[in-house]
Amino acid sequence: MANKGAIRESLNDRVFMFLIYALLTVFFLVVLYPLVYIFSSSFSSPQAVLSGRVWLWPVEPTLMGYQAVFKNPQIGIGFANSVFYAFFGTFINVTLTVMLGYALSVKGFYGRQAIMGMLVFTLLFSGGLIPTYLVVKGLGILNTRWAMLLPGALAVWQVIITRTFFQATIPNELREAAEIDGCRDVGFMARVAFPLAKPIIAVLFLMYAVGNWNAYFDALIYLKSPNLFPLQIILRNILVINSVDPTMMINVNEMAAREGLKNLLKYSLIVVSSGPVLILYPFIQKYFVKGMMIGSLKG
Amino acid sequence: MVLKKMKRHWQLYFVVLIPMLYVIIFKYVPMYGALIAFKDYHVVQGILGSPWAGLKHFEYFFNSPNFWPIFNNTLGISLYALAVGFPVPIALALALNEVRQGAFKRLVQMVTYAPYFISTVIMVSIVLLFLDPHVGIVNMLIQALGYQPINFMGTAGFFKTIYVLSDVWQNAGYAAIIYIAALAGINTDLYEAARVDGASRFQKMLHVDLPGIMPVAVVMLILSVGGIMNVGFEKIYLMQNQLNVVSSEVIATYVYKEGLLGANFSFSAAVGLFNSVINVILLVTVNQVARRYSENSLW
Repeated sequence: MANKGAIRESLNDRVFMFLIYALLTVFFLVVLYPLVYIFSSSFSSPQAVLSGRVWLWPVEPTLMGYQAVFKNPQIGIGFANSVFYAFFGTFINVTLTVMLGYALSVKGFYGRQAIMGMLVFTLLFSGGLIPTYLVVKGLGILNTRWAMLLPGALAVWQVIITRTFFQATIPNELREAAEIDGCRDVGFMARVAFPLAKPIIAVLFLMYAVGNWNAYFDALIYLKSPNLFPLQIILRNILVINSVDPTMMINVNEMAAREGLKNLLKYSLIVVSSGPVLILYPFIQKYFVKGMMIGSLKG
Repeated sequence: MVLKKMKRHWQLYFVVLIPMLYVIIFKYVPMYGALIAFKDYHVVQGILGSPWAGLKHFEYFFNSPNFWPIFNNTLGISLYALAVGFPVPIALALALNEVRQGAFKRLVQMVTYAPYFISTVIMVSIVLLFLDPHVGIVNMLIQALGYQPINFMGTAGFFKTIYVLSDVWQNAGYAAIIYIAALAGINTDLYEAARVDGASRFQKMLHVDLPGIMPVAVVMLILSVGGIMNVGFEKIYLMQNQLNVVSSEVIATYVYKEGLLGANFSFSAAVGLFNSVINVILLVTVNQVARRYSENSLW
């Protein structure tokens, strides 16, 4: 890549590079600005946000929005539920994915083509929402915590990534040598394959954990009791359902006082609920990039 | 013979047992359950016991006044999202590839990936907050410039554009990763040859970079086209309200409302099945076309 830039750049190239930098800067600002605005608004006073005086930095800094967030009991329950679902859900996800992914990477495993075919077919075709709902209902796990853990216990795409990883890192000769020494599959998995699989386990863990934390759809269709709701459903009730009020184009001043705190709470809530992932994200992004690379090896 | 082959890795059958049980119960049983699309499903009689209805539900759907608007919305949103969402990550990756390794590049990458980690609920909340007719920043800006505020979410005509642009904002950075990886894998001899031939930076981008990422781009395109009928239900459902429903009702939201909220299981399953079948046809067709006109295809 180093030899790409010529020693003397022509005028043509310099204009080109200027355009490249301009384009990237614009894109960068377009992505960054909403994030900055939300962050700054969440620390401003309700009046400042409502009257549009917040543009870049917090105006009349307060923690009122955050106090309102932490006073809301629903949010606490939702947060605890989400931690539960994300933790146990991810544990189930990673365990099943690694087991299946490993088995499918073993060359002499009779039937692995058939299993692979079965998995790929589910990517092409699905029974649909209603039949899946009826299965969950039939199992009697509707409106229980299991409904949040079992229906999404495994993602086929991640199994394929995992299989590709094992195929690339564990040479068949190693397995055959172990076999000759009398080491059976489960022993080999536990003693050789899994210790080597730490990078892929980290990738899977993060992908599933972020997915579980952000999911709301399964909760929407399978859960009825508010005490089981994950954070995302609570967020939807506060942020989306309350705010869809497109018919209200009435006097702004009249609404302002009442709406002020409600509006501010939304910004603070967005920061509280996305903050943890976004703060961790610079440290974990390389795992996501890695996951995407492994996935693309055998798209 | 078969038994002997199976014996070699017999332990692996126990390893795949639980993951495959999951796949069968939550993926294959619903496919069987999709049979209710051809029946008049009653909870008491179950899938087998319910009387056959032939193609009644399909005919009802095709003849209903909802059919064409929903079908056009599904296709329209998808194609719009594809037309904008497919080239932007490629452009971003090509531009980033021109920039030297350094703080600027790292910063742009880090910030543009970040929105990917925001949940759908939060993403929609941000859109609603920003576009709010009286307290949203976009309308404050419009008013500051001396125009009347616009009720974006309450105007059907804006729905698709809001959906697509917010999607690009959230996903373009992350989607660029795969192309950046492909660009890094291009043989450096090609750049050397282009330099010897006196190619400008733009020419190198056009004749080396772009062909270099073509295989990946084709695969991504096939996958996107294969998912055309599966437009993001989760996001559309959250963005939907009574005023924009004419342009935001898609097959998936219709299935959800008819099936789970309206309890028309058989009808809704039929609509869902129609959707799945179109998807398979699309995927197979695009893959076939890709195989004929380039060397790249999924299978």
